[in-house]
Amino acid sequence: MTPPAATAVDHGHVTVSAPAHAPKGGLGHFLSTYVFSKDHKVIGLQFLFSTLVWFLIGGLLALAVRWQVAWPWSDVPVLGKLFAQEGGQMAPEFYTMLFTMHASVMIFLVIIPILAGAFGNYLIPLMIGADDMAFPTLNMLSYWFMWPAFFFFGASFFVEGGAASGGWTSYPPLSTNTASSPASGWGQTLWLLGLTMVGVSSMLGSVNYMTTIILMRAPGMTMFRLPMTIWGMFITAILQAFALPVLTAAGFMQLADRTLGTGFFSPEGLIVNNAVPGAGGGQPLLWQHLFWFYSHPAVYIMILPAMGMVSDILTTFARKPLFGYRPMVYSVAGIAGLGFIVWGHHMFMSGMNPALGITFMVSTMMIALPSAVKTFNWLGTIWGGRIQFTTSMLFALAFVSMFIIGGLSGIFMAATPVDIFIHDTYFIVAHFHYVLFAGTAMGVWAAIYFWFPKMFGRTMNEFWGKVHFFLTFIFMNGTFFTMHILGAVGFPRRLADAYHYETFHHLQPLNAFMTWCAIGMVASQIIFAANFFWSMFYGPVAGRNPWNANTLEWTAPSPPGHGNFDFQPVVHRGPYEYSVPGCEKDHLMQTDPPNAAAAAAALAAH
Amino acid sequence: MRNRLSGIFWGLLFLAVPVLGVATFAVAPAFDHWLPKDVSTHGTQIDSLFYFILALTGIVFVVTEVLLFWFIWKYDAAKNDRPATYIHGSHTLEVVWTIIPAATLLFLAIYQMNAWADVKMRRPDMPPTVEVVARQFEWRLRYPGRDGELGTPDDLHLTNDLHLPIDEDVLIQLKSMDVLHSFFLPNVRIKQDAVPGMKIPVWFKAREAGEFDIVCAELCGWGHYKMKGRVTFEPRAAFDAWLERKYAEQEATQPAPEAGESLAAN
Ligand code: HEM
Ligand SMILES: [Cu+2]
Ligand SMILES: [Cu+2]
Repeated sequence: MTPPAATAVDHGHVTVSAPAHAPKGGLGHFLSTYVFSKDHKVIGLQFLFSTLVWFLIGGLLALAVRWQVAWPWSDVPVLGKLFAQEGGQMAPEFYTMLFTMHASVMIFLVIIPILAGAFGNYLIPLMIGADDMAFPTLNMLSYWFMWPAFFFFGASFFVEGGAASGGWTSYPPLSTNTASSPASGWGQTLWLLGLTMVGVSSMLGSVNYMTTIILMRAPGMTMFRLPMTIWGMFITAILQAFALPVLTAAGFMQLADRTLGTGFFSPEGLIVNNAVPGAGGGQPLLWQHLFWFYSHPAVYIMILPAMGMVSDILTTFARKPLFGYRPMVYSVAGIAGLGFIVWGHHMFMSGMNPALGITFMVSTMMIALPSAVKTFNWLGTIWGGRIQFTTSMLFALAFVSMFIIGGLSGIFMAATPVDIFIHDTYFIVAHFHYVLFAGTAMGVWAAIYFWFPKMFGRTMNEFWGKVHFFLTFIFMNGTFFTMHILGAVGFPRRLADAYHYETFHHLQPLNAFMTWCAIGMVASQIIFAANFFWSMFYGPVAGRNPWNANTLEWTAPSPPGHGNFDFQPVVHRGPYEYSVPGCEKDHLMQTDPPNAAAAAAALAAH
Repeated sequence: MRNRLSGIFWGLLFLAVPVLGVATFAVAPAFDHWLPKDVSTHGTQIDSLFYFILALTGIVFVVTEVLLFWFIWKYDAAKNDRPATYIHGSHTLEVVWTIIPAATLLFLAIYQMNAWADVKMRRPDMPPTVEVVARQFEWRLRYPGRDGELGTPDDLHLTNDLHLPIDEDVLIQLKSMDVLHSFFLPNVRIKQDAVPGMKIPVWFKAREAGEFDIVCAELCGWGHYKMKGRVTFEPRAAFDAWLERKYAEQEATQPAPEAGESLAAN
């Protein structure tokens, strides 16, 4: 599997600039290289490490949530000591905080920044043949704006009343009204500030990605020669640029409601907890519209890059061109366009005019279409291939398999009458874990195993990678598939204890099973972490192109030096020329000169 | 490197997804882990739509997952020496697999509109049977008093104990005093958020007597989990008798209706 580092240099490219980066020593140098670096690769890795740390925190929060759902009011092991209230038992407001922060951390500090921040940063210049981003300083800032967010979210656990506990959706008046819950004091304010910072970071990243992709492609890299990863990142950047301002504005309005006494989201005449809050005249539904106007496109921000990366990985290990490149690009664009007119499907039961609900229902049904087209094309891609079962490929295949489930469950909820019953039940929880965890997180793992050699010059251990995959896959389905069944019973989400309801009291054993699976799933990540750090230092040296892939990043050294390429890449073809008949290699890199390909074909024809 | 076993192993793992997936849904009803009993007249529409979508998505699920398994099984590089097919797509296939799902989804969209309209748009023309006011963390109920009108001093005030007649339309006026809540009757297939500042009508017809849960389905604070009520459906006569008893009880305990309802009245 590890051929000699055959690449560009073999074809006699001119060396433009060597990664001259002579060690200079000194603290200043250390800081500018590894801390306040403007190199997109360093920034990408900074994002990667930070988000993986938050991934761990979010995972532990999830376990605490699962503990309470499975065994309400029982002593929490290990963690119980951390927040020893009532002798290791969880208070209901603590539980409320846990699921709020679990979701907030996973969405805002893990998935969004790991896709766009880590992989977007690392891959965009490399895959389009640029030496860096268009605005390196903005890029550095986009990472450093995450730190106030880390700080606000992190610190909020320690303020009086605890961290935010109004759900990740932060619906007012619960979130705006300080009398409405113990945690809607500082915790909620810090949450809003953190959200704003994540928004600033994403926005800086987004303008950078758009500019870079439009202006800095290598000669010959037309838009329709871009790998799907870049298309995913590009459309994501557009979504962020158009949707984020709305969330940021809404966040400020909520902040004003909380601190300045405005009443954007509070109607006249509220009586909360026997207190009459300040100005009214607002509308709770306004927040929901603004929030979902961002957060529905955001669910695509949380999956389009993963879809792109998975497409590239599938072709590489199926040794086949991507099936239907253009339809794939059009579906991504279609998802992005439609993504702006479906937000109301989160509000079918909200009190929004039911006639308006019908229009959102129709657009939501239609957005399942591009997802279906993409799935069929992925199947078409592996059909007739020569599949290599690397860990990365397994995770990519798992993405496809799991995305099918998440996409299909979306149709149940898009059907408004059915949504009456399953809205705010575990059916929804199943749905978004299938798209976000079983989907995006699988894609992220596929991408980590795939690009690890480029990032660190060494490959990860395949055997332990597969063990990690196998356990994660099994436990994940044990945890999340069963949620559909809970949803079918109507089991509501966000309840600290639902077993006192006659309808739900028999569901505890199933929940306990799911919690055991969740514990297994989190525990399996120890294997991943060990493999990751061990391989960084002791893994087999990778060479430039360990997977015999076609895209530009594989022509650069592993890891690439400052400026990325040691020659000027010139692109001659699309990214998916695998198994070209008559060519002695089973892949033609984007930089392979056309005459070489023609010569090979001519040779074979003899 | 050419390990045939590994292809077989991973193939079977992916085959387990549709097999166990279908099995889970097949055995769940046997363990009573399924749609709770439905006692409403409109519920069958919702449930049959659920089953219809379940069948439709079930077929797509099985077909696509089995194809995935089949390709993984068949095109394992270790198993054959045939080169990969050099193909960039198929116009015909793209058209087919765009048009068929598009038509299906469009059909589904149109097909369900009627059920939605029944539950949420075709409101019966009648005065409210009862007003439900949600607040942290209880359901406050207000029945029209003997004068049959809501908002008058003789209104009947209760908490968490909702009674409704069967075999006739009931109209609930749903409000909230403080934050969002959601009025969820699993056994009636009804869910509606209660929004402060809004008066939202909810209607249905129960067709069976019995006592069931009222669940709050929208996060409303730390006590959200305990915001439980009960609804009792009973024939008209029994319902009237119950109302009569409650009027009497209220009159005995608090002859003059107190303030606080002025707020509920607006
Ligand atoms: C096939 C396409 C999809 C359809 C038809 C669909 C439909 C829906 C609907 C109707 C809801 C609202 C359900 C309710 O609250 O009652 C929903 C919720 C959700 N969806 Fe999807 N969805 C699709 C794909 C996705 C994807 C790709 C993602 C993420 C990557 C996603 C993430 C979410 C999340 C996070 C929620 C829940 C938000 C919350 O209430 O906390 N969905 N989806
Ligand atoms: Cu959505
Ligand atoms: Cu509630």
